[in-house]
Amino acid sequence: MTPTARLFGGAAPVAQSATPPEYLDQEEARPGFLLGKNTQFRHLLRAAALMLCGALATGAGAQATGDLGLVVERASGSLLVVDQSERAQIGRIEGLGDLSHASIVYSPDQRFAYVFGRDGGLTKVDILAQEIVGRVMQAGNSIGGAISDDGRYVAVSNYEPGGVRIFDADTLEMIADIPTGSKTVGLVDIPGTRFVFSLWDAGETWIADLSGATPVITKVTGMGTNPYDALVTGDGRTYIVGLFGEDHLTALDLWQEVPQPQPILPGYAEGREGLPVYKMPHLEGWALAGHDFALPAIGQHEVLWVDARSLKESGRTAVHGQPVFAIARPDGRQVWVNFAHPDNDTIQVIDTLTKQVINEFKPGPGVLHMEFTPRGREVWMSVRDAGRVMIYDTQSFVKLREIEAESPSGIFFTARAHKTGL
Amino acid sequence: MNRGLVILALAAAPAWAEPDAAALERLVRQDCGSCHGMTLKGGLGPDIRTGALGHHDHDSLAAVILDGIPGTPMPPWRPLLSEAEARWIATYLLTGGHR
Repeated sequence: MTPTARLFGGAAPVAQSATPPEYLDQEEARPGFLLGKNTQFRHLLRAAALMLCGALATGAGAQATGDLGLVVERASGSLLVVDQSERAQIGRIEGLGDLSHASIVYSPDQRFAYVFGRDGGLTKVDILAQEIVGRVMQAGNSIGGAISDDGRYVAVSNYEPGGVRIFDADTLEMIADIPTGSKTVGLVDIPGTRFVFSLWDAGETWIADLSGATPVITKVTGMGTNPYDALVTGDGRTYIVGLFGEDHLTALDLWQEVPQPQPILPGYAEGREGLPVYKMPHLEGWALAGHDFALPAIGQHEVLWVDARSLKESGRTAVHGQPVFAIARPDGRQVWVNFAHPDNDTIQVIDTLTKQVINEFKPGPGVLHMEFTPRGREVWMSVRDAGRVMIYDTQSFVKLREIEAESPSGIFFTARAHKTGL
Repeated sequence: MNRGLVILALAAAPAWAEPDAAALERLVRQDCGSCHGMTLKGGLGPDIRTGALGHHDHDSLAAVILDGIPGTPMPPWRPLLSEAEARWIATYLLTGGHR
């Protein structure tokens, strides 16, 4: 290849600059091969042969996992394997028990999913093979889970018995049991092989450090009455707890040696009648919209905005009902909101700049969850009663496709594998 | 005209004063289930299967459904349900209709 051809993107420089795989012999692998034309040609041949072998070995069915996802079919204990690019389901995995309120995290290679069932089941699923590869009944009643930043541990938070249990991600063998004496909520992963979770009954947040031989627990008291859920920001720094029993939320700066509870949005409902809450809101890592967090109020039909730096209120948006999820599109420009019964047929979209509702539509009764494609172009939405996952373009709001699913609830794309706190 | 068919049709028609059983059963599963679990064995809210409701009778349970329990997350359902519907749900829960 001539230097000019190389400059303009011949294939050879790309192949040659890659780290030589171990199975190349030493002579081939040494850096000097760039210089010899003959060696270069032989290397190309070798690379081509290897690629061919690879193709033959994996076959035409080879499937990358980067654009796959799982949809929870809550009533039938099954998962739909979906393909974002195809906007289609490509399989179904059955036998996962009670999946009402189930959630999912992914292994760092995006091949394995860990499914946290309401019945205490922890199931490991191979999404390429579309089969269950491990399953333990680890508690009687559980609410969610997380995977450590190094992919080694999976943690599950339980209502009964109250606490967090930690499992080896490969074998699902329990490696730590952290009883809290309380229903445990808001479990997230943060950097440093640590997990953070909150205690509904005790109003505390605990930080469990799994980086050493035995877990080291830091307890933060005085978080407020009845934490119902929590989120952590993508940098793992700010942990925000929603409180059922207080007229504020509480934040922790996890970068501090001893994090101190900081009330945020104090008295956001002061002087106003609390409206009935027919479903508890969820707090998600997808809360940061521009410079603000968008958070569901509780007992008020509002989305509350908090400046991410000062943690001061930066606005309120009146919405259609009790918000359940207020999820920022990954670029932060929009926040999509769904609602509790009896308003769960409706979606509203808020513009982050103006904090105004810019769109409202009714996909149908039982809109339970939304998941954006990783760069936010599409949103996938579970519409339980319609038995459909509905896919919308987030720029034009045009519905692109419907996928049949049995009572769908949570939708989880594999891109979550690479996000802290999801 | 086939009298049997007429009777069948009348029997299948909704009786206006009666609660819609299918809709209420769905509400119990899906919406009570948000807190009490789809199988009603409990979640953030307590177990509300028959065996766990021994401390309630029809009246007290219907009252809890309609007016909630202040100071707890149990909301009043009066804005959404009639008394007859709340009583139907109380009966359903107390007699194990969910099994």
